[in-house]
Amino acid sequence: MSLLEISDLRKSFRTPEGETQAVLDIPSFSLERGQQLALRGASGTGKTTLLNCIAGILSPTSGIVRLDGHDLATASEPQRDALRARCIGYIFQTFNLLQGYTCMENVLLGMSFGRGPDTDAARGLLDRVGLNHRLHHRPGQLSVGQQQRVAVSRALANQPLLVLADEPTGNLDPQNAREALQLIREVCEESAAALLIVSHDPMVLDQFDDCQDLAELNHAAQEVSA
Amino acid sequence: MTWWMIIRNSLRQHALSTAITALSIGLGGGLLMAIWVVNFQSQRAFKNVTGGFDAILGPRGSETQLVLNSLFHMDSSPGLINHADYETFRKSHKRFYRNAVPIAVGDNFQGYRIVGTTHDLFAAEHSPGEPYALAAGEYFIRNEKQWNKEAVIGDTVARKLGWRVNQKFSPYHGLNFIEGQEPHKDKYTVVGILRPTGTPADQVIWIPIEGLQQMDGHDAQFAGDVSAVLIQLSTNTTARAFGMNRLNAIYNKDSDHLTFVKSTADVVARLFDRLGWAEKVLRWVALLVAVVAAGSVLASIYNTMNERRREFAILRALGAGRDTVFGVIVLESATIAIMGALIGFAVYTGIMFAAESILRNEIGVTLHPFEQHPVMVIVPVGLVMLGVVVGIIPALKAYRTEVAENLIPQS
Repeated sequence: MSLLEISDLRKSFRTPEGETQAVLDIPSFSLERGQQLALRGASGTGKTTLLNCIAGILSPTSGIVRLDGHDLATASEPQRDALRARCIGYIFQTFNLLQGYTCMENVLLGMSFGRGPDTDAARGLLDRVGLNHRLHHRPGQLSVGQQQRVAVSRALANQPLLVLADEPTGNLDPQNAREALQLIREVCEESAAALLIVSHDPMVLDQFDDCQDLAELNHAAQEVSA
Repeated sequence: MTWWMIIRNSLRQHALSTAITALSIGLGGGLLMAIWVVNFQSQRAFKNVTGGFDAILGPRGSETQLVLNSLFHMDSSPGLINHADYETFRKSHKRFYRNAVPIAVGDNFQGYRIVGTTHDLFAAEHSPGEPYALAAGEYFIRNEKQWNKEAVIGDTVARKLGWRVNQKFSPYHGLNFIEGQEPHKDKYTVVGILRPTGTPADQVIWIPIEGLQQMDGHDAQFAGDVSAVLIQLSTNTTARAFGMNRLNAIYNKDSDHLTFVKSTADVVARLFDRLGWAEKVLRWVALLVAVVAAGSVLASIYNTMNERRREFAILRALGAGRDTVFGVIVLESATIAIMGALIGFAVYTGIMFAAESILRNEIGVTLHPFEQHPVMVIVPVGLVMLGVVVGIIPALKAYRTEVAENLIPQS
């Protein structure tokens, strides 16, 4: 059984004009355990919406999103919250670190809703990404590359089965982007987590042997572009 | 741990508004507790001061003035009972009361009132179940036919003036001390110091009544007059009612030159009733302060909601449920209220010590700041409950935060 199975996934939103706009229409998609896959997609092709549906942040309009055997589409919101906390790590383009919290606290917060706060494990994760000397610094006191590494540590805090990365290098310079991507792939591999990365950056996409075009998967995107 | 981490960080990030809000809650709560307790304890203390003396006979005038002057050693003396009237009361109406103690006032030492009385006063209880007791020395002579220039002083007088037994002093004329005034020539000797009573008696210099009546400089024609007579009615209910009614009829109805206060307790109660509006106003002000402070908790947290929407969205993205962010906000509001309640205890303690000092020095009534009172539980618990209630509104806003809309940017 695949780690992630999507079938007939549809997600539509109501526009301010009152019309229904389909953003996602994915007949079939799957991701195996430990697989690292990059999805290519330009802005507005529903990359974030897809990741949010997979993470259980958004509820699909119809279809099935099955993660580790659990159907997120039919699960209640608390069930989706719990599944997200336990099984998914999320890396955002802008990192979405909590500014008032130290690196350590950001990682501990990542653990809090999953396996529970573990100071030693949090320290180990930050050590792994080379931030053992920045444990008690706040995001504002770190470079952009260092902030991304905190975000990576936080995403792995609950030993997730799946790491979702939404344009994870979008805010980094090429050098930092390469290093960050390398780091994300390494730590996912070390923790046996699958990685699903969405990006439109050729440099990122070139790093992956396994790369798909979201426009081919998402029929709604095809309609928009047509 | 997670909840506390979130709350602690939020309070730290909004430290100024948190501190001001907690302070205003503390001020309201502290005031409320202090007003309640000061009122309760002072009423109790004032009612206790009548201890033993049910009634008072005095010159024609205000009952309140008579009680304040005779029992609380405050206010001016309404005048004198002439010797003949006093003797009539003593000899002809003795069957209507159990005990009567005359007092005479009109002199002071550096503002401490000198009260002439008989030894019988010390046989009474200054508060229910608490008789007068000496800390040092002895009482002045018992025999009214033979008196010495001796004085027994209250605890406050001894402490404030630094007097000990054998201290000599000359009284000053009048109830208030006037700088530069010449004292009387008579010299009195302190023979006894009373133990603290927590009543106005602590502020009094007691001398034999004859000493005051016949003091050098006092008009000899008033030598037998007294300022008032403190009366103990019978302990038997029927006899007591009979005596009270008879004396009331004799002095308040059938004649018009003396006043008989038939119940000192009623006068004190009426006095507090009359002052009740002030206490009510203060209580409402304190309540208003507390409610406004609770409103400021609501405003201060609610105003941060917009800037914190992203924080909640991130927490939700990390797996926190809606109930978690709701609970965090309610608990944050309650935490500010708890901080306010703790500050309230500090405010309460400060006010109580100030009030205690003022009342003890000005009136002689002692308050007990650390004495347990239900309001010291009700107010803090009420404040925390109020904190929880006002926290619900911003918590609902946090509850409704949509994750996807508040995680930026979206690709």
